Amino acid sequence: MSTVTGGHHPVSAAPTGLMGRISEALERPGVLGCVMLAPAVLYVVFFVAVPFFMAILLSLSDATAGDPRIDNFVGLDNFIAVTGQEAFWTALWNSLIITAATVTTIVVLATIAVEILAREFRGKRLVQVLFMMPWAMPVSLAAITWLWLLDSQFSPIDWVLVQIGILGPDGLFGPSRHVYYLGRTGWGMASAVFVDAWRTLPLATIIVLAGRLSIPRERLEQAQIDGAGFFRTLFRVVLPALAPVLIVAILFTALLVIGEVSTIELLTRGGPGHSTQILPLWAYEKGIESGDLGQGAAIALFLFPVLLAAAIVALRFASRLHDD
Amino acid sequence: MHRNVRKSGFYFAVVGLVLFSILPILYAVITVFKKQSELFDAGANPFIYERGPTIEHLLFLFTDTKYPLFLWNSLVIGVCVVAITVLLAVPAAYALARLTGRWGESSGMAIFLVYLVPPSLLFLPLFRIVVDLNLTNTIWSLVLVLPTATVPFCTWLLLGFFRSVPRELDEAALIDGCSRFQAFRKVVLPQALPGIGACVVFAFSLSLANYIYSVTFISESASRNLSAGVPMELIRGDVYFWPSLMAATAIVAIPLGIAYGLLFDYLVRGFQSAEAKA
Repeated sequence: MSTVTGGHHPVSAAPTGLMGRISEALERPGVLGCVMLAPAVLYVVFFVAVPFFMAILLSLSDATAGDPRIDNFVGLDNFIAVTGQEAFWTALWNSLIITAATVTTIVVLATIAVEILAREFRGKRLVQVLFMMPWAMPVSLAAITWLWLLDSQFSPIDWVLVQIGILGPDGLFGPSRHVYYLGRTGWGMASAVFVDAWRTLPLATIIVLAGRLSIPRERLEQAQIDGAGFFRTLFRVVLPALAPVLIVAILFTALLVIGEVSTIELLTRGGPGHSTQILPLWAYEKGIESGDLGQGAAIALFLFPVLLAAAIVALRFASRLHDD
Repeated sequence: MHRNVRKSGFYFAVVGLVLFSILPILYAVITVFKKQSELFDAGANPFIYERGPTIEHLLFLFTDTKYPLFLWNSLVIGVCVVAITVLLAVPAAYALARLTGRWGESSGMAIFLVYLVPPSLLFLPLFRIVVDLNLTNTIWSLVLVLPTATVPFCTWLLLGFFRSVPRELDEAALIDGCSRFQAFRKVVLPQALPGIGACVVFAFSLSLANYIYSVTFISESASRNLSAGVPMELIRGDVYFWPSLMAATAIVAIPLGIAYGLLFDYLVRGFQSAEAKA
């Protein structure tokens, strides 16, 4: 190509000197590709790959905060110690339950939100702004907002429930005036799920909405012409077409939820006892607060195979749906 | 008649969705202006000001706490993380989409796997790296480490964007005498601006949201950011400064919510091409 148009343009003039040879080399896609790719790859190697292997080494060593050397190999001792603690199994189970419950809630809520936001209506801009608010605050601040809403004594939700006769001395579920959302295991878990769903809904909705808007209009119109109502169209046309993006949304939400420490840390602190403990918080308490880096790393590593397996299954499934 | 029922049903759903999203924030805003005495009056209606509103908690937040410093630190961290993310992810995504042949094109999955390694797994080894680099208790520790979450995510998002730009555009630029890099900068990059905009928003919000790195790397209050500073400094043991805490939340959520909401269509478009081409 350059032989046809060469000569007319200064850039394709014969290269001279070092700069010339460099710019000539950069014309080769492979070379320019490597140069453009290198910074990101080097960064990921240094700050993701190396720490990942350090985490494995840490989990196999007896490193502590006071003596952080990782050269003392202790085999699987940390894993044996960790899995011998009951709190660990509670934490693993709770992490999986909270993530699964949040993702299920999100799929339902995001589908509803998407059906609303895919349409044109008056005031849509304002709705979009208000809808994004939960995503606009740091997770820990969202958790604090909910901590106040779910306060044991001054929860406005309890106050409303008393007013409408559900709680209180004469209430349906009285005589207590309070639910004590965060002081009871079941309610504490449910609160964490609710808060996680609340804060991740905007992101999940954006992901699914992107897929919804890619459905050809003719397919939706054809369904209407065929006499399908709203729900029939939703279940026969929209949801099957959305399956791949729902999987992407599920993955993103699950990653955000399963790795988050601050919701549980601020809402229940893992309590009462360890009944609402989760894996990353347990790793943090062991690794940083108790200073046992080896055990902390061993706990944190338990998340990875779970995530990896789930992601591979989900992405396989999604790409197969894509090909159909 | 039937049409009207459907229409009001639709607006009912809209109102429900909006209330779900903003009721907690509305209640936070109400709390900001509550007098201390009324705040802890168990029988009182929590939604109104029986004893009148006050701005003392807002003043307290800005004059007696380090909140303005947390805001500033979070802003600096966010801007730096966005800059690093864009500088690393944009060229990488273009290279994978156009220049590295077959294996680059099938790299979407590999990038996703990097994104799968969560902060809750990396924070212990990264803490050691931060200590070795002498960066503990500085905001630069977060600037250095937070792109681990944003670079893979944004590369994945942009990969789809660059693939959706027709190859004929770069080829035409090359025939017109542009160098390959000029073709990227002058022709392809402007087409990908919506994708880069989406990356900026996501990188900023993820850097603001991260909690575990912030509490692990920084324990000095002067270097704290919003996500760790507010819970650590405005909650003292069992004493919660509720109105100030709510103000700290609303002051961040409302302007950013407006910004993200106005960019909503952009964000959707950013994901649209990523999903179609990933």
